Amino acid sequence: MSHILAYDFMRNAALAGTGIALAAGLAGYFVVLRNQVFTSDALVAFTSGLGALVGGVQLLAGVFGGTIAVALGMGGLGGRARGRDVAVGTVFAWVLGCGVLFLSLYSRGRSAAGGTAGVSLLFGSILGLRPAQAVTAAAAGVVISALLLLIARPLLFLSVDPDVAAARGVPATALSFGFLVLLGATVAEAVQAVGALLILGLLVMPAATAQRLTARPYLGLALSGVLAVLFVWAGLVLAFYLPYPASFLITTLAFATYLVSRWGWLW
Amino acid sequence: MVDQPSWDLLADLQLLLEFHFMQNALLAGTLVALLAGATGYFIVLRGQSFAAHTLSQVGFPGAAAGILLHLSPVLGLIGFCVTAALGIGLRGRGLDAGWRGESAAVGGILAFALAVGLLFFSLYAGSVEAIYAFLFGSILGVTDRDVLVTALTAALALLALAVIGRPLIFASVDPEAAEARGVPVRALALAFLVLVALSVAVAVQIVGTLLVFALLVTPGAAAQRLTPRPGLGLGLSTVLSLLFVWSGLSVAYFSPLPVGFAVTTLAFGTYVLARAR
Repeated sequence: MSHILAYDFMRNAALAGTGIALAAGLAGYFVVLRNQVFTSDALVAFTSGLGALVGGVQLLAGVFGGTIAVALGMGGLGGRARGRDVAVGTVFAWVLGCGVLFLSLYSRGRSAAGGTAGVSLLFGSILGLRPAQAVTAAAAGVVISALLLLIARPLLFLSVDPDVAAARGVPATALSFGFLVLLGATVAEAVQAVGALLILGLLVMPAATAQRLTARPYLGLALSGVLAVLFVWAGLVLAFYLPYPASFLITTLAFATYLVSRWGWLW
Repeated sequence: MVDQPSWDLLADLQLLLEFHFMQNALLAGTLVALLAGATGYFIVLRGQSFAAHTLSQVGFPGAAAGILLHLSPVLGLIGFCVTAALGIGLRGRGLDAGWRGESAAVGGILAFALAVGLLFFSLYAGSVEAIYAFLFGSILGVTDRDVLVTALTAALALLALAVIGRPLIFASVDPEAAEARGVPVRALALAFLVLVALSVAVAVQIVGTLLVFALLVTPGAAAQRLTPRPGLGLGLSTVLSLLFVWSGLSVAYFSPLPVGFAVTTLAFGTYVLARAR
């Protein structure tokens, strides 16, 4: 283990990965509990589009601001069921289409480097982080996690039984908005680790596994965070030795664990 | 950069058809649009837009596998999409119906499919361009063999759709009554999912995995906003789809804008207009 951490890029990846995974694991638990997987997918689409837009300027700041703004907008959309998926899907496709446009404009300015930037936005580049980026990512992860834990109790109440929670005076709207903002920040942050297209894996899989393993909310929340961190660490170690992309390994580990937790008792 | 378009449409058409790659793209695009418009109408009618979205993402590793094995990427796409469609169909209940409860599993499968696609592409050590082409579409990548596969697939699928079209509308609009009248609802649903898989597989060539929604679902949704009559709606959906593809390809040819952006912007604009009506 010590010789893996002897390399700068691995230390940066481990530092950033831990913060990101912790935030994603904790936020993901509420995503699954509140059935907001589709919402996260939407946030991801917007993130890629907006991320591509500001790719040349200041990636992280732009992605954070944009995603949080969209999260607030989506909270306002509310829940009209029928026909909404078509509208939402069409908007996502268009935003992604705009993302392609921005990427192509950006890469024309920079020749080959722009193409690489696009692929890291889509599939992540955790091994290519600079020290300053890694520290920012880790700090943001810790802050997001702390805020999530702060609102965990009322948010759990609200997610499990919205009507009773509202009757008991839990500020439902404020909490939902607050959670969406934190989710947006998590997604924006996780983009650099696993990429826009694979975030769902890191966000949803540890949480779904945790919910399979235990019905107790705080234990599940902790388990989800721990699992996410473990997946990222194991993925990084494997990526050090194997010639496969880190984001592929992390997603595959998370997916395999979920499958085992689901069908494990069969054999 | 090619010659600029003018207001002389005939001359523009000649410019457009000047190169072989563009002839291929237009030919494949036309076939794709005919199929996608027709299938898309039924997708919206049956409320299966999420199934279409899922199938398209599962297609991404298929395209990568096709390239990796030196086959036509369309063959890989067809293989993966049809397998996934059979898997979804044989599980008994519709993906869209079970979506709420199973959303975590579905989200995980989507992310995993994209990750496997990334692995295949990294094994191929191919260019970034190849990944982009299959995520966001391209007008450059359609080979003669792809056109042939697309033509055969589209002909077969359209024929099948023509055969099952009438009972499918019946089964989609009123499943209970259709079942009581002896229409094989389950078999129709499975057959239709396979047709969706074929449409997705050929559409990915033009608009890419992530943007298939704009070509497959939006024309059908806009058509249903504009008319309640099935025959007219089906025609309208196909016309819109053709319009999106032709204008998208032309815009991508004459300007530096990517084809995916052009097609999704047209689709989005049309849908907004159809809703505002």
